[in-house]
Amino acid sequence: MTVTIFVPRDSTALALGANETAAAIAKEAKARGIDIKLVRNGSRGMFWLEPMVEVATDAGRIAFGPIEEHEVAGLFDADFLNGGKHDKALGLTEEIPYLKKQERLQFVRVGITDPVSLEDYLAHEGYVGLKKAITMEPAAIVQEVTDSGLRGRGGAAFPTGIKWKTVLGAKAAQKYIACNADEGDSGTFSDRMVMEDDPFMLIEGMTIAGLAVGATEGYIYVRSEYPHSIANLNEAIDAANAAGYLGANILGSGRTFNLQVRKAAGAYVCGEETAMLESIEGKRGMVRAKPPLPALEGLFGKPTVINNVISLSAVPLIMSRGAEFYKNYGMGRSRGTLPMQLAGNLKYGGLVEKAFGVTLRELLYDFGGGSESGRPIRAVQVGGPLGAYMPESLFDTPFDYEAFAAVDSTVGHGGLVAFDDTVDMAKQARYAMHFCVAESCGKCTPCRIGSTRGVEVMDKIIANQNRPQQIRLLRDLCDVMVTGSLCAMGNMTPFPVLSALNHFPEDFGDQPMATAA
Amino acid sequence: MSTQTFDMAAIESIIAKRKSMPGALLPILHDIQNTVGYIPPSAVPAIAEGVNISRAEVHGVITYYHFFRQHPAGKHVVQICRAEACQARGCEELASHAKELLGCDFHGTTDDNNFSLETVYCLGQCASGPAIQIDDDLYARVSKEKFNRLIQAKRGVQ
Repeated sequence: MTVTIFVPRDSTALALGANETAAAIAKEAKARGIDIKLVRNGSRGMFWLEPMVEVATDAGRIAFGPIEEHEVAGLFDADFLNGGKHDKALGLTEEIPYLKKQERLQFVRVGITDPVSLEDYLAHEGYVGLKKAITMEPAAIVQEVTDSGLRGRGGAAFPTGIKWKTVLGAKAAQKYIACNADEGDSGTFSDRMVMEDDPFMLIEGMTIAGLAVGATEGYIYVRSEYPHSIANLNEAIDAANAAGYLGANILGSGRTFNLQVRKAAGAYVCGEETAMLESIEGKRGMVRAKPPLPALEGLFGKPTVINNVISLSAVPLIMSRGAEFYKNYGMGRSRGTLPMQLAGNLKYGGLVEKAFGVTLRELLYDFGGGSESGRPIRAVQVGGPLGAYMPESLFDTPFDYEAFAAVDSTVGHGGLVAFDDTVDMAKQARYAMHFCVAESCGKCTPCRIGSTRGVEVMDKIIANQNRPQQIRLLRDLCDVMVTGSLCAMGNMTPFPVLSALNHFPEDFGDQPMATAA
Repeated sequence: MSTQTFDMAAIESIIAKRKSMPGALLPILHDIQNTVGYIPPSAVPAIAEGVNISRAEVHGVITYYHFFRQHPAGKHVVQICRAEACQARGCEELASHAKELLGCDFHGTTDDNNFSLETVYCLGQCASGPAIQIDDDLYARVSKEKFNRLIQAKRGVQ
């Protein structure tokens, strides 16, 4: 009998040696005359266990991990294909508490299927949403998305349905869907996991968006740092085209949607939606002034839906299960689930999809297991380089857009980076300004010049040169950047800086709380 | 100065193939860098003519994006992630170690032209840092010892 063995192809698994492990398994099986089928699945998102090897059994898939190349022979010696005992055995994958405690609605296939197999996708509720959407009026699709309460997962949390409605109402010969996959925030990898581990979900979501607003062309703008995402997306797009899920006659409906991947080139600010449009058009990624809204004058001057990867790939689920189903998860005005990314100094880093309402503390300790270094967690940066540093006193904040805003923080893209007590928050504040110097597009003065002055001021504070005055200056400068910058790059860089100063004043010297006059 | 050993005909054919697609400039630059290893300044006039914009605009785009190189890199490109998630896992120590081991600074190339050392802000391996990339291959949980082994392996296959 052929036994199916799974070894992930997710890039984190690859970075930890999954290809070598997979090759060793194939070689060992052949040498021992055992007939196996090796599937390269996505990652379950428990990265401390990668490379995680799974074996299909009658009771379900059982896991072993982390398994390095040199441990493979030992696995076979222990008869792992028949439930033999091994000290890396993890039991039934689905029963691992880290997975079992999650609410995987959107990441339901991730780690389970072969990401580039259309057959696998179809066997796991794939394209059910599109098949339903294709029978509906565009306005009804938009209404369904609006009713679900889905808000932009890239960080801005703007209601997705409202954006779509604007584009649907715009009169134009050509409209576009542009997917922002320029996931440059440190501590975030959920977009990457969708693109690498379930690319058809994004493709289906964009196709539904195209039907909803009357757009026939779609672009996915992917970071150059994500070559595996680009490769898997392209392979999946080819398969979707060949099977009639994309192209000139989607599912025989006569409707058209073409999709292409565009590779970015390492500019962080191109994650800002208008800078991204400039970049796709072949220009420097300079931020545009708004209005006009991209929904009315976007890519190549045409009405354009710009959504993040997670927003667009939530759509197939919303269409297949219905808005009510999705809306029943979450709290307040934050509906549905959020794939959260546990990163930095945590014992159990990975992907945790939960309904809104879960607290930072639950994520850090119940899932994350506390710091990997074993030292106390002192600060957590939520939402990328432009997100606030949160102290322990705020760890009970529930994940909810409004609750985070109320404590001057932001959910952002749902990434959290934990730091232990060896962190120097003044250095982190300096880094935030330095990052803005490196990545500012340079169009507006508060961001371009303000960040450089910010680094200088931070250097003086760190060197203890006239601290009270420099701290007043820093607050004043942050105020100018927040209120005067053209986009989030400049007006959110003060988030990490001020949160570090306000919550960790002891790292800024003697009279840290000096406020601007 | 490095002599120009790149294949201008290959560049011309990339431009010809890509120039009519919407927003052709970035795809052209990516293809050229893929093929030649960098974007030779002497190719700029042909690119500008191909997409019908000024040489200054092409130059502006090449220099705006961190990814594009105007000079050849060393034989192997070593990128070390120095963003927050990797900072929380000790990437700055690794960065200092890498500079010492390779004997060159960031954005520099070793004297034997074997390695270029670069900073990258996020490789998307944020739960498993420090993360690095050598040429096209990613590595996570990179200790100093693992870094030494990886570099040694590259030196071994010159």
